[in-house]
Amino acid sequence: MTAYIIRRLLLVPLLLFGVTVLIFGMLQFLTPVERSALYVRDIPKTEKALDGVIKKYGLDQPLYVQYWRWLVGTKDQITGERNGGILFGDFGFSRVGSQPVASLIKQRFPNTLDLTLWAVAPVILVGIWLGIQAAVHHNGFIDQAGRIFSIVGASFPTFVFGLLMLMIFYSKLQWFPPGRLSDWANQVVLSGSFRSYTSLLTIDSLLNGRIDVFWDALKHMLMPILTLSYINWATFLRVTRSSMLETLRQEYITTARAKGLRENDVIFKHARPNAMITVVTLAGFTVVGLMGGVVITETVFDYPGIGKAAADAAAQLDVVTVLGFALFNGLILIIANLVVDIIYAVVDPRVRLS
Amino acid sequence: MEKSVALGDTNLLTEAVNLRRIGWLERVLGPDNYRVIQGLFKTPASIIGFVLITLFVVVALAAPLIVPPVTADPYKIPRDGFKADPQPMMSPWTRNAPDLPFWWKPIMKTDQWVHIFGTSQGQYDVFYGIVWGTRTAFKTGLVVVAAALLIGVIVGSISAFYGGIVDNIIMRIVDIFLTLPFILAALILAAVLTPRIGRSLIPSMVALITFGWMGYARIIRGDILTIKERDYIMAARVIGVKDGRILFRHILPNAIFPTLVLASLAIGDVVLSFAALSFLGIGTEIGYADWGQLLSFARNWIISLDRYWYIIVWPGLTLTLFVMGWNLVGDALRDVLDPRLRGKS
Repeated sequence: MTAYIIRRLLLVPLLLFGVTVLIFGMLQFLTPVERSALYVRDIPKTEKALDGVIKKYGLDQPLYVQYWRWLVGTKDQITGERNGGILFGDFGFSRVGSQPVASLIKQRFPNTLDLTLWAVAPVILVGIWLGIQAAVHHNGFIDQAGRIFSIVGASFPTFVFGLLMLMIFYSKLQWFPPGRLSDWANQVVLSGSFRSYTSLLTIDSLLNGRIDVFWDALKHMLMPILTLSYINWATFLRVTRSSMLETLRQEYITTARAKGLRENDVIFKHARPNAMITVVTLAGFTVVGLMGGVVITETVFDYPGIGKAAADAAAQLDVVTVLGFALFNGLILIIANLVVDIIYAVVDPRVRLS
Repeated sequence: MEKSVALGDTNLLTEAVNLRRIGWLERVLGPDNYRVIQGLFKTPASIIGFVLITLFVVVALAAPLIVPPVTADPYKIPRDGFKADPQPMMSPWTRNAPDLPFWWKPIMKTDQWVHIFGTSQGQYDVFYGIVWGTRTAFKTGLVVVAAALLIGVIVGSISAFYGGIVDNIIMRIVDIFLTLPFILAALILAAVLTPRIGRSLIPSMVALITFGWMGYARIIRGDILTIKERDYIMAARVIGVKDGRILFRHILPNAIFPTLVLASLAIGDVVLSFAALSFLGIGTEIGYADWGQLLSFARNWIISLDRYWYIIVWPGLTLTLFVMGWNLVGDALRDVLDPRLRGKS
């Protein structure tokens, strides 16, 4: 086990290096002027100021020098103030958000986390349930319906689905609005009496005892959650189904049936735990994916998470901001993948022995 | 050798093995690959898929006959004025209307063009955009898939053929490219490239290629690894055939077929991703015949979508049917190629 974890940990610096190089590589498409947003607040206007910035931050230096400087930033000789340096959490300055990229992320990330929190159960649990039903009734009605659903689901673009939901539930029925909060709820949150404990709106509103705000926040998340469920159910259905079918074919299941166990016990106590091993990984990656911000879903429903922030920055060609988000996303993914892999090895001994 | 057996010129063998008649297609492709093709035409779902794909091919090819282009650049959707609000379906087309195509009078019974599917914001005709957008879809889909396939096959072959440290390094590079979520990675690269190249199909296409080759590299690598161990490869080595020739003449032709088929069916996914990028506001200039962009117009009319439903329903349906066509065939293919399910149905 220890050996496996060490081997897996050794991969982390490698991936970190790779992802930073990849993003740094994309930065090289920018001119030095545009890249100066990595270090300074205002893009220099005059030729002279520009030369100064380029010189100061070494934007004309060889690539490996620039890469290093991008990682650790530069220290001002006199004031000792640090500029840039992604390792110190300085991702540059966002033109679109008119604030440092890092604080933009800090402001948006709780919203994405909030959405993830409420989307996990419907997305994963229902998806797995569907898959198990399809496998247990192999080739039966549920299985066929599930098959059609997973093909249609995979073909129906997220944004078309989202727009149709908006058409029906917002513009027609006026039930669920897009965005994050209604105006009145927003005023409550911004007022001095509303204390922020976790930055997650749903949790905070409960802690503040404002059920009305909680309900409002949840109402705004309902359409995104439904959309995310619908996108992911198809995948969960397919993976759970095939994993479950494979498990049900194994001999120990026959043994369990031969012992005279009830079919429910065979399926839920004997088959399901083993079939879940592959599904656990998928679930892990799904949660990580949700945390990384779901670009399209958040954009369609105007939900101010990090996915929408990245999309907005991209649409306005604010590359430094977009790359900052990519970097953040990459970091989350690398760490989370590590956690998922280790959990996987704990759950399934076959992995760490191979 | 196989051919002479297949033709059944020895009576003894014919009786013993009870040979089937083998068509030209099977002879060209070989039995394994032929079985894959056969599997594709077996289920009703995949046949519906093929019908849908054929339909779109016809629309793409016949685009100038369905809606004759108005300006020199047929991909620019003609505008009926500059009003912001979408106009309803079947409203008359007064300015910049195309010439009447041959099918118009018998079917529509009038001499006047109407906006069959209405107009979107800025009076872009939705029907025109859908028809010519089909060409855009095939163009982007084919180019992206071909380029990604080429890169994937080259990288995957080198990785599998040389093995060892080369394989290890290449596969780690593949891992790194797979770290970022696909759509985010493509979005970033397209955003980086757009100021350099300008708004056109190219930034999105380059982005989709750059982050789209890894799957092919992995598949071809796996197939080559099994073929590499076959006796005839060993025989080629023994008689001193050079590496490049072994790879290109002996290994690749035998390993590439599943990758090729998978790639050709990825066109649906590529078009979907391309539309997603357009929807997010990256890609072609405003007014280009592109399904994703038509859909992105709807983002400005969210409050009144119940009135302007036609600006999402028609382009959305078109995109969905296009992707579904490829997915239906792809689903049949997965069943054929998945070795665990082989012979079980």
